[in-house]
Amino acid sequence: MAEMVKVAITERKEKLKTPMTAKDWIKFIIMLILSIIFIAPILLVLINSFKGKLYVSNEPFALPSAESFSGLKNYINGIQKIDFFSAFFVSLFVTVCSVALIVLATAMCAWFITRVKTWYTKLLYLLFAFSMIVPFQMVMYPMSQVANITHLDNMFGIVIIYLGFGAGLSVFLFAGFIKSVPLEIEEAAMIDGCGPMRTFFMVDFPILRPSAITVAILNAMWIWNDYLLPSIILNDTRTLPVAIQYLRGGYGSIDMAAMMAMLVLAIIPIIIFYFVCQKYIIKGVMAGAVKG
Amino acid sequence: MQNAIKKWFPILALPTVVAFMISFLIPFVMGIYLSFCSFKTVKNATWVGFDNYLRSFANEDFINALWFTVKFTVISVITINILAFVFALLLTKALRGTNVFRTIFFMPNLIGGIVLGYIWLMIINGFLYYFGATITTSATYGFWGLVILMNWQLIGYMMIIYISGIQNISPDLLEAADIDGANSAQKLLHITIPQVMPSITICLFLTLTNSFKLFDQNYALTAGAPGKQTQMLALDIVNTFYGRVGWQGVGQAKAVIFFLIVAVIALSQLFLTRRKEVES
Repeated sequence: MAEMVKVAITERKEKLKTPMTAKDWIKFIIMLILSIIFIAPILLVLINSFKGKLYVSNEPFALPSAESFSGLKNYINGIQKIDFFSAFFVSLFVTVCSVALIVLATAMCAWFITRVKTWYTKLLYLLFAFSMIVPFQMVMYPMSQVANITHLDNMFGIVIIYLGFGAGLSVFLFAGFIKSVPLEIEEAAMIDGCGPMRTFFMVDFPILRPSAITVAILNAMWIWNDYLLPSIILNDTRTLPVAIQYLRGGYGSIDMAAMMAMLVLAIIPIIIFYFVCQKYIIKGVMAGAVKG
Repeated sequence: MQNAIKKWFPILALPTVVAFMISFLIPFVMGIYLSFCSFKTVKNATWVGFDNYLRSFANEDFINALWFTVKFTVISVITINILAFVFALLLTKALRGTNVFRTIFFMPNLIGGIVLGYIWLMIINGFLYYFGATITTSATYGFWGLVILMNWQLIGYMMIIYISGIQNISPDLLEAADIDGANSAQKLLHITIPQVMPSITICLFLTLTNSFKLFDQNYALTAGAPGKQTQMLALDIVNTFYGRVGWQGVGQAKAVIFFLIVAVIALSQLFLTRRKEVES
C-alpha cells in the first residue's frame, strides 16, 4: 500500500507529448471552472474583508464599491477586538515547540519500542495504536482536570499535552519506518564503539528524515488549527482559532466584517506554508492517511 | 544490543510515555470510571451505576444529535467520494495545468475547521439573504450547509488518494480490455474500480471518521441552531459538559457511547473493505 502511494506520488514529469484534442480541451475547461468554484470562497472572504459591516451581510457577492469600501477599518477593528498579534504568537509558539518536541521525543520512543522487544514495549505499541481511534471528547473532561492538577494548563504546559496526544500517530508512523531500517547498520556502528544514543542520532535519525517531515507536517497542521483543546486547557491565553471564535458574541451575534479580516489573516500563513513546502505537505498528508 | 538500548529508557522513551499517560491514558481510564459516577468535580464523584447511560438515551438532544450525525455522515461520505472519484478520473491524464488544479483542490483541507465554518457562514447567509432567510432559519439549511462545507474541504484530499490509485493500474490491463473491445463504462466498472479498491478503503475510512467526529465546523457554522436541531454528537457532548450544571456524568457517559460507536465503525469498516480487496 505505502509502496503504491509512493510510486504514484512521485510527480509525473512526463511532458505532454501529444497536442491537446478537443476532448482534452473540454476536460480542461471543466477543470478550470471547478477550480474557480473551489477558490471562490477564499476570494470572497478577501473581497468582503474590505467592505463595511452592512455590505458583508447584504451583498457579499458584489465587489467593493466607493460606497461599501471600508479600507483597512475591519483589519484594525478585528486586530484590536481579539488581540490578534498576541493570539498569533501564542499559536506560533505552541505549534513550533510542540512539533519540535513531538518529532524528537516520539522518534526516540518509536526506536526504543521497535528495537527492544519485551512485554511492555509491545503493550505500549498497542496502546499508542489504540489511542488513534479514541475521539477527543472521550478524554476531554478528565484530561482538563489532570492538566489543572499538574499545572499544565498554560501555554508551556500545553506543549506536553500535545506531545501526549500526538504520540499515537507519530510513534506509529516512525515505528513503521524504523522497521525497514536494516539492523546491520546499527550493529556496525555499535561494534565500532558507538553508544546507543550516538547510534540513534548519527545513524538512524538522518535516515528517518522523510518520516520526520511527515510527522512534523501532520502535527503542525493539527496543532495550528486545533480549537477545542486550547479553548478548554488555556485559561487566559488564546490561540488563533480560539481568538477567532471569540468574535462570536453572546446570543450568536457576529461582527462579520471584522471576522472576514481576521479570516484573511488566519489563512495567509497557511497559504504561504503550503506554497513553500507543497510537495512535502501533500506527501506527508498522504503518508499519514495510508498508515493511520 | 537490546540490553544496551534498554538502559536508556529514561531518555529515549520516558518523556513520551509520561506525556501519553498524563494526556491520554489516565484521562481515558478516569473517563470510563466517571461515566458511572455523578460528579461536579473529579474529587466528589459518587458511584451511580448505569444511571448516566440511561439518562443519555432518554435525553432527546442526544438522540437528535445521533440521528443528525448519522444522516450527515451518510450523505457526506457518498457525495465526497463520488465527486472526488470523478475529479480524479478527469485529472489522471497529464492535462495542461494538472498540477495547478491539484494544488487548488487540495488547499481547503489545510484550513482549520473554525475558519472554514465562518467562511461558509458568510457565503451561505449571503445567498439566503436574497430569500430573506439565514442559515439558522431552518435545520435543513444548516444540514446542507455542513454537507457543502465538508465536500469543499475533503474532495481535494480524497481526489489525490484516488489519483494515486488510478495511476497505479497497469496499462496492460486497459490495453487488453481495449483489444477485447470493452467500452469505457465497462473498463471503469470491471478494471478501474476493482483496481482502486485500496484507495476506496482509505477514502471511505477517512471521510466516515472525519464526518462522524466533526466538531469545529459544526460549532462555527451553526453552533447547533435553530434550537439544538443541527447539533452533532461531538458538539452535544461538549455542551452537556460545559452547558449544564450537574450533567457532567451524563456528558461522560455520552462520550463513552460516542467512543464505542466510532471504534465499531472504524474497525468494521476497515475489516469489511479489506475483505473485499482480497476478493477482487
